[in-house]
Amino acid sequence: MTTDTVYQPKTKTGRIADFVDQRTGASGMVKEFGRKIFPDHWSFMFGEVALYTFVILLISGTFLTLFFDPSMAHTTYDGSYNPLKGIGMSVAYHTSLDISFDVRGGLFMRQVHHWSALLFVASVSVHMLRVFFTGAFRKPRELNWVVGSTLLVLAMAAGFTGYSLPDDLLSGNGLRIIDGIIKAIPVVGTYISAFLFGGEFPGTAIIGRLYMLHIMLVPALILLMVAVHLFMVVVHKHTQWSGPGRTEENVVGFPVGPVYAAKAGGFFFIVFGVVAAISAFFTINPIWNYGPYDPSPVSAGTQPDWYIGWADGALRLMPGQLWDFSFDWIIPFPWGDNLLAMGVLVPAVVLVALLGGMFVWPWVERWITKDDREHHLLDRPRNAPFRTAVGVAGVVFYCVLWAAASSDLIATHFHVALNDVTYWLRALFFLGPILGFIIARRIALALQRKDRDIVLHGREAGIIEMSPEGAFTERHEQVDEYKLYKLTAFESPEVLPAQADRAGHVTRSEKLRGSVSKFFFEDRVAPVTKSELEEARSHHGHHAVEGHDDKELEQ
Amino acid sequence: MKALSQKRRHPLAAVALLLMGLLVTGGLYAAASSVNEAQAASAYSASDVEEGNKLFLANCATCHGMNAEGTDAGPSLIGVGAASVDFQVGTGRMPMQMQGPQAQVKPVQFDDEQVQQLSAYVASLGAGPAVPEAEYLDTSLGNSGQGGEIFRVNCAMCHNAAAAGGALTRGKFAPSLEGVEEKHIYEAMVIGPQNMPVFNDSNISPEDKRDVITFLKEIEAQGSPGGAKLGSLGPVSEGLFVWTAGLGIIIAFTIWLTSRPS
Repeated sequence: MTTDTVYQPKTKTGRIADFVDQRTGASGMVKEFGRKIFPDHWSFMFGEVALYTFVILLISGTFLTLFFDPSMAHTTYDGSYNPLKGIGMSVAYHTSLDISFDVRGGLFMRQVHHWSALLFVASVSVHMLRVFFTGAFRKPRELNWVVGSTLLVLAMAAGFTGYSLPDDLLSGNGLRIIDGIIKAIPVVGTYISAFLFGGEFPGTAIIGRLYMLHIMLVPALILLMVAVHLFMVVVHKHTQWSGPGRTEENVVGFPVGPVYAAKAGGFFFIVFGVVAAISAFFTINPIWNYGPYDPSPVSAGTQPDWYIGWADGALRLMPGQLWDFSFDWIIPFPWGDNLLAMGVLVPAVVLVALLGGMFVWPWVERWITKDDREHHLLDRPRNAPFRTAVGVAGVVFYCVLWAAASSDLIATHFHVALNDVTYWLRALFFLGPILGFIIARRIALALQRKDRDIVLHGREAGIIEMSPEGAFTERHEQVDEYKLYKLTAFESPEVLPAQADRAGHVTRSEKLRGSVSKFFFEDRVAPVTKSELEEARSHHGHHAVEGHDDKELEQ
Repeated sequence: MKALSQKRRHPLAAVALLLMGLLVTGGLYAAASSVNEAQAASAYSASDVEEGNKLFLANCATCHGMNAEGTDAGPSLIGVGAASVDFQVGTGRMPMQMQGPQAQVKPVQFDDEQVQQLSAYVASLGAGPAVPEAEYLDTSLGNSGQGGEIFRVNCAMCHNAAAAGGALTRGKFAPSLEGVEEKHIYEAMVIGPQNMPVFNDSNISPEDKRDVITFLKEIEAQGSPGGAKLGSLGPVSEGLFVWTAGLGIIIAFTIWLTSRPS
């Protein structure tokens, strides 16, 4: 470290910075990260919201651990909430009530924790939708998509383990359903359930175990995955919308230091402020309403938090019996009859399939398009009709399950019969995704055609002109170059028929790929080419010469 | 004793034993269930009954029959008791606005005196549950903690833990209990209106009913300690709120932030 030009700090800050830098080499890191460029678009900020709500969760959760005792030992309530006085309950529920009523600021912190948990999973979901619909998961970012999907699963796990901790009636009902799902797993289910609960449900161990998962293991895994996720963002660089000067080789935007550091820091406090305001004015999970957990009652309006709702919905939609056909299958074994509860297993398989589809989609798309190039420019959703349609089908499917979880509230609030709600949602379970796929694809293709029209013939100006003969025409204006770039600079994959391998065979999977490719891309809308544009313009110019005073519009 | 033990293998011994068992059970049941047959016709005067009869003929007889014997359109009212009339008419459910899965609440059609007269008339037709006495409606004597426990075990599965109401099958529903009068809550438990089961006095004693009412009135009066309660509907309304208002505000801020020139 002996060079000719040794830095001589003149200020106090400079001396401290130099001290640190000489021992850590931090200036190199600051130089690298501080000059990292991020593009600016509102839809890129949901990942940030997720990160910030996670930080809020860590802060508020730490506060809660100071007062919460995850013990299932029996006690009698003697706190200040009158309607529960003298009621027998677990220590866990007692301390949760104490946090709500007897710890200064405790109820607020509980509500901050719970609201930010809901917002955390919601922002993770919206972030994933943004990444999916813009194609940001494509090479080289497939692995980061997997990390992100893992984060979603971990977020749901964190949420569910937390939901179960207060040991109130609502959380106990939720745990009982999970216990039922676990027990439905063939052969090993009952053993897993017994190991998890330390014997028969509910036992006296589960809250302590969930507490360990909730405050240690799951958050640690989330932190690890967040670190990997952000590291990969730095390695891959951020994606950007296409625009003049934006290519696959560059990133146009602002550096972290000072612009984004300031913006992101400010945004953290905005998110914190929004969560705090919501927590101050709106109650969440009023555990005192539900009472202590008791395995016998199940209250109306018992639902999981929204991110587990789709699982609850799947269970609600699945019939236990269709006419004479029962979904409780009794399998005769030499040692006696075993029950296979298909009414629980089938929904569980559906959920795993949907999650699995999310994980592998980048490879599915890569397989269909045979596209092995790197993509750093984002697709507008309309410019990838096939992907948008698949995404919308998935969203519709999810929303049907979601709605099914609130079927009772739909029935009471819209004054319809609960049974009819269930029948409709069962039909939509199958038809909804198909309709969603078709409609979304048609809308995307129509929007692409509209874009083509605007590029070639200009924008409808809203000015109606009457010719001397009495004919009415609407004047069209040419859109500006920036807009033109946005409307023309995109890729539109073409049908790639099945191809023979080196030995000259067309394999069965290749045939399948070919037909999927045809299904997806056969009615594609091609982007306007330069020659098409020039031809349209020259035609337009020619038209102008003929006597219209369109000249001003052309400029 | 010896005679008895000798006769125990007599062919009719089993029959005699069965008969005895039935008599004892039946007798006990009659004794127990007569607890529920409050019989308070005495409180009403003859003129109440007479006026009630007139009101009944004018407003109820179309469906319930000229002598309240019931028709295809409405059930018999003989033996339903004054409590039933006081509840159904006093909450506006009767006269019914339209046939449907269940009678809906609407503005009350009669004044208190008329409701009392109708109750008197129906009570005069046969013994049934009476309008509860004031001591069982006095929430200052009740225990809300115990009432809450009874409510969660017996009522919350339909009415929701916070008494916000819930759905039943085929368009039926358990209504929200917010703002329902003490008297009507008590009567509903006794008579089991619409699709509600009867919680008679051997099931939930009058004192316990008072505890339930105390609990309901207390959670109603205390409001929501944590802020706006979003309908007390549980996680669904919370999720809806975070996806609409919560994310909406956040998105507004993201757009604002990225629209600023840095």
